[in-house]
Amino acid sequence: MELFTGYIFFSALVLLSIPAIILGIKEKNIKYYSFFVTLVFVIWALIKSPQAIAYLIAFCIFEYLIIQAYLKIYKAKGRVASTYYTFLFLSLLPLMLNKFLPMLPGHYKIFAFLGISYMTFKGTQIVIEIYDGLIDNVKLFDFMYLFLFFPTITSGPIDRSRRFEEDLKRKISKEEYLEHLGDAIFRILLGALYKTVFAAIFYQAMLRLERTSNMLEMIGYMYAYGFYLFFDFAGYSHMAIGTGQIFGIKLPENFNKPFVSKDLKEFWDRWHISLSHWFRDFIFTRIVMKMAEKKRPKKKLHRASLAFLINMSVMGIWHGTELQYIVYGVYHGLLLAITEIYEKKSKFHKKNKKKKWYHAIQWFVTFNLVMFGFLIFSGKVV
Amino acid sequence: MEEKILDILEELCGDEVVREDLDIDLLEEGLLDSLDYSELLVDIKSELNVVISPSEVTREEMNTPRKIIDKVKSKLQ
Repeated sequence: MELFTGYIFFSALVLLSIPAIILGIKEKNIKYYSFFVTLVFVIWALIKSPQAIAYLIAFCIFEYLIIQAYLKIYKAKGRVASTYYTFLFLSLLPLMLNKFLPMLPGHYKIFAFLGISYMTFKGTQIVIEIYDGLIDNVKLFDFMYLFLFFPTITSGPIDRSRRFEEDLKRKISKEEYLEHLGDAIFRILLGALYKTVFAAIFYQAMLRLERTSNMLEMIGYMYAYGFYLFFDFAGYSHMAIGTGQIFGIKLPENFNKPFVSKDLKEFWDRWHISLSHWFRDFIFTRIVMKMAEKKRPKKKLHRASLAFLINMSVMGIWHGTELQYIVYGVYHGLLLAITEIYEKKSKFHKKNKKKKWYHAIQWFVTFNLVMFGFLIFSGKVV
Repeated sequence: MEEKILDILEELCGDEVVREDLDIDLLEEGLLDSLDYSELLVDIKSELNVVISPSEVTREEMNTPRKIIDKVKSKLQ
């Protein structure tokens, strides 16, 4: 059984949703039942690979222990940068081992289970926010529930612990729950439509165009792949968010009409939002702040460009260590830096930025840059 | 304190409107992008000695001059 795929999963989801809906309507706490359903689905999805289950358990315990250890040290010693960086590194260690060990001699593959990339964000976020003084305790149940919550376990949306815990505490009235439920059912069906109809159509187009050396067909492939990615992932996100709502959690959004963007900064506010905002809040902003405090580089625009480049390169590597993902990250980093410089420096931009014809050109350029980025991502170029 | 924040905002946004309309939506008007926001947090720290971390509040909770002032006030208490 694979999550969000096939009729066995969806039949089980419908059946297991019924008690959650009854609890929701009766204004009872859903979280313990929902945690039980989460365990059922996670074990069911991994049952064929006991090794993956073992890694998953080891990973969760490891992250939980380092977080508890850091909390203890933080309470005793306070805000110490060196300890912080040590624990930050530790929280990332399993993912780094998972990604980089296969590249070294021996090709060891450890911590191999679906979802480690997404789960790492949660552990790292908690470590960073302990350092920032925003988190002073982490309960075992809340922690495990956040890490394993089945709608998000494999591919997000990337939730954050403080937001998640607020949902757990919040009492939802019957009316509000019913409203969420209606919205949830609509979104699950919409997501299914995105995946089974639209993503499937573009996938068929890709199959017809992929083995080509004809330039025009390659361009066709590029657009087909871009739309396939969108419908597949936005469809999944709709289903995950809808499912979350049935089980009492209002997950963060992932997509907001990405293809209407007029520049790349806007695009990253609309595409895979829970990821790009995670990077914004935990990497980009922090790099900019560090550089601004030290006034190095001297010019604000240089600091911004450098921060964009670092931020997006890390995002590229997060997708995978293959060359295409690194190039994809650097490509977006460079384009964001160029966008920033252009919009701050160009008199032509400042003069025309409110005009309709200019918006049309901006949209056209952005759309094609984005699509070309996806072509890099697909591995067809490098 | 309020005056200082408005000074910082005016400098970052490059527009006096932030003084005239305390409820103007800085995000929607395109006055304060991610980059300016980072600089805002640095300036609040260096000039008012108030530390607001980047993930502490959502951008929507800091999207008007008034909300920013209120947040700094609440941290001062």
